[in-house]
Amino acid sequence: MRYESLLDSVGETPLVGLPRLSPSADVRLWAKLEDRNPTGSVKDRAVLWMLIDAEKVGRLRPGCTILEPTSGNTGISLAMVAKLRGYRLVCVMPENTSSERRQLLQMWGAEIVDSPAAGGSNEAVRVAKGIAAEHSDWVMLYQYGNPANAAAHYEGTGPELLADLPSITHFVAGLGTTGTLMGVGRFFREHKPDVRIVAAEPRYGELVYGLRNLEEGFVPELYDETLIDSRFSVGPRDAVRRTRELLEEEGIFAGISTGAILHAALAQAAKSVEAGESADIALVVCDGGWKYLSTGAYEGTIDEAEDRLEGQLWA
Amino acid sequence: MAVEVRIPTILRTHTDGEKAVEGSGTTISEVIDDLETRHGGLKERLVESGDLRRFVNVYVNDEDVRFLAGVQTPVKDGDTIVVLPAVAGG
Repeated sequence: MRYESLLDSVGETPLVGLPRLSPSADVRLWAKLEDRNPTGSVKDRAVLWMLIDAEKVGRLRPGCTILEPTSGNTGISLAMVAKLRGYRLVCVMPENTSSERRQLLQMWGAEIVDSPAAGGSNEAVRVAKGIAAEHSDWVMLYQYGNPANAAAHYEGTGPELLADLPSITHFVAGLGTTGTLMGVGRFFREHKPDVRIVAAEPRYGELVYGLRNLEEGFVPELYDETLIDSRFSVGPRDAVRRTRELLEEEGIFAGISTGAILHAALAQAAKSVEAGESADIALVVCDGGWKYLSTGAYEGTIDEAEDRLEGQLWA
Repeated sequence: MAVEVRIPTILRTHTDGEKAVEGSGTTISEVIDDLETRHGGLKERLVESGDLRRFVNVYVNDEDVRFLAGVQTPVKDGDTIVVLPAVAGG
């Protein structure tokens, strides 16, 4: 496959079967390998769409400073694109994120502003909004509320899945900004409405939920719950266990959030088996495991890995 | 019907600091009413006009009840209910 530049190669990722993890010949799992994108994560899709959209409407001009709250992958993707297009990038990132993510951001030239670990991405969003108010000329693409984030999946991920797997019955992805689920969800509601949309939401340690009051809670502006059919909360223990199973059974070395997604996909698969229905369940491999090696998720016992992830933003 | 209900840090002022409390009932709604008899004030923090508050998520055996039957979602002996505030991911 030939492309004019790296940015032109975003998307059109492989969909691979998971024959060993699939429970039966009638209930099958398929993995969309989003780690094959240029900076190694599904976020390249959203970032490219948000950036092109902002350029088109004139919000972004050469020399602009981009500001974004991000726990990692969006920032890494933005850093690469910003470098190629000549923008300065400032990322607001919770301090409890892995060191690899910080190194990658700095490698591509991004500046990092730390936000407190307590409160997780909530705090990063709050700090970024504060900085944006002080610098009215900086451009915040704001992945949690930017329709171009979901559009990337409505126009790309969704149609690719339907083309590669016309018999698709379920789509399972992680719930963060909600962009992937909203875009793919809307696409299937319009083009194959019987496809069930399943969300896997990472459940972190208590530190991350350390709000001062409930009114500080956060639901991304993009989120529309009518586009989702079920939502599973997955803790670090199940996420790590499934991440390791994916490697051992199918040879796929994925990040920890993918383990959470696989856990929800297997729960759905078990329900389909129990109901005696056939199913083709597509799930997202968000990124590879490289950025999470320092978290210790891949070594020692599951208990040890779970302890090490306590308080970290592992997804 | 005895179920375990896990309470987030922010609501533990109502449970004397307990991380998990026991409740009973055949639906989420009944369990919340039961908890209210021992942990006064909790119900108002969770429910508003008969529905879960916007920034409150409740899970039965890891499944979000908003996609089951909301506060009418049935619970059975031994189920685990988790209450969490809605926070940002991504």
